[in-house]
Amino acid sequence: MEDILNIFVKSIFIDNMIFAYFLGMCSYLAVSKTVPTATGLGIAVIFVLGITVPVNYLIENFLLKKGALDWILGASAAEIDLSFLSFIMFIAVIASMVQLVEMVVEKFAPALYSELGIFLPLIAVNCAILGGALFMQEREYTSIAEATSFALGSGLGWFLAIVGIAAIREKIRYSNVPAPLRGLGITFIVTGLMGIAFMSFMGIKL
Amino acid sequence: MSTKNLKLLSDPINLNNPITVQVLGICSALAVTVKLEPAVVLSISVLFVLAFANVIISVLRNTIPSRIRIIVQLVVIAALVILVDQVLKAYSYEVSKQLSVFVGLIITNCIIMGRLEAFALGNKPWPSFLDGVGNSAGYAIILIIIAFFRELLGSGTLWGIQVIPDSFYEMGYTNNGFMILPPMALIVVAIIIWVQRSKSRELIEAN
Repeated sequence: MEDILNIFVKSIFIDNMIFAYFLGMCSYLAVSKTVPTATGLGIAVIFVLGITVPVNYLIENFLLKKGALDWILGASAAEIDLSFLSFIMFIAVIASMVQLVEMVVEKFAPALYSELGIFLPLIAVNCAILGGALFMQEREYTSIAEATSFALGSGLGWFLAIVGIAAIREKIRYSNVPAPLRGLGITFIVTGLMGIAFMSFMGIKL
Repeated sequence: MSTKNLKLLSDPINLNNPITVQVLGICSALAVTVKLEPAVVLSISVLFVLAFANVIISVLRNTIPSRIRIIVQLVVIAALVILVDQVLKAYSYEVSKQLSVFVGLIITNCIIMGRLEAFALGNKPWPSFLDGVGNSAGYAIILIIIAFFRELLGSGTLWGIQVIPDSFYEMGYTNNGFMILPPMALIVVAIIIWVQRSKSRELIEAN
């Protein structure tokens, strides 16, 4: 239990997707002009990460890993290693999950659907989602609960980052930024400063 | 080579640069630029994937139903990335370890999807190939500039070889450890954008 909480907090603050690994930067820069849209995208990312990472965890551990096929084929499968297929499997899961989530949300929560609207399909190509799956694979989490808490934590970290930058950008519009830095340049600098601030969380342990 | 084709190659390097102007493919650009070597290896991988994905999609462009084109594109890209990943693991395992997840993340590198959507779906294979090479060259240039400064100022080396002489260190010069940390990559990019936009003023945004 402590482990799970530790992973959760760590992936929000220390291993923050944006400030430590720059994942999902494209949509982070493109969709952070106002707070409401940023909130919508942030929630969508938490949602999709929370679903795809556990699914990919199951695929990785019961289909792809070396010896993972034992449970169907018996001991003769111990040498089968399909992990080179993981990229294509992960991206297929993500693309189809996004499609599925979109249909489910449209059916059961029309209000949320119209809120998220265009962002849901875009998420399929958001690096943060695939990055979540790949980090899950690289860090070798031992249980699905750990993988899920990592996914939710990273999603929440991404959410915090995009809402923060959107709020700052709304205010920056009233200040006198040097012309060549306007728009993209100043956003980079502010993100850098936010990253430095987030580094003060380094070394937190629960 | 006609002027039109030449423009396909040269435009993305400056005025239509994928990173500083189109804002595509930032994720990997920032994360792998602590050292020069991984930056160059990643640039070459992106060049390979982008050029060939462009050609393949361009050849298939009339047969792909537009509804499922995203999935088709993702499969083509993922197959090429798997090739790159396996080659890297076989021939330069150290670099492949340093790049960690960022080889896999070429799949969702927005430059590739962006160029496939915007160019390869509507053009013949040869111009698509040139467009792919041009855009990845623009990407590579930015990556190499960032990595050059971060490695030089952050660890005093270039490509792992020490370039700042020992006498400097004896006089009290120290490496700027800050350059190695992730946030500095963002600030270096901002400075590049600043320099570029001061030179080509038509790129300045309206706030």
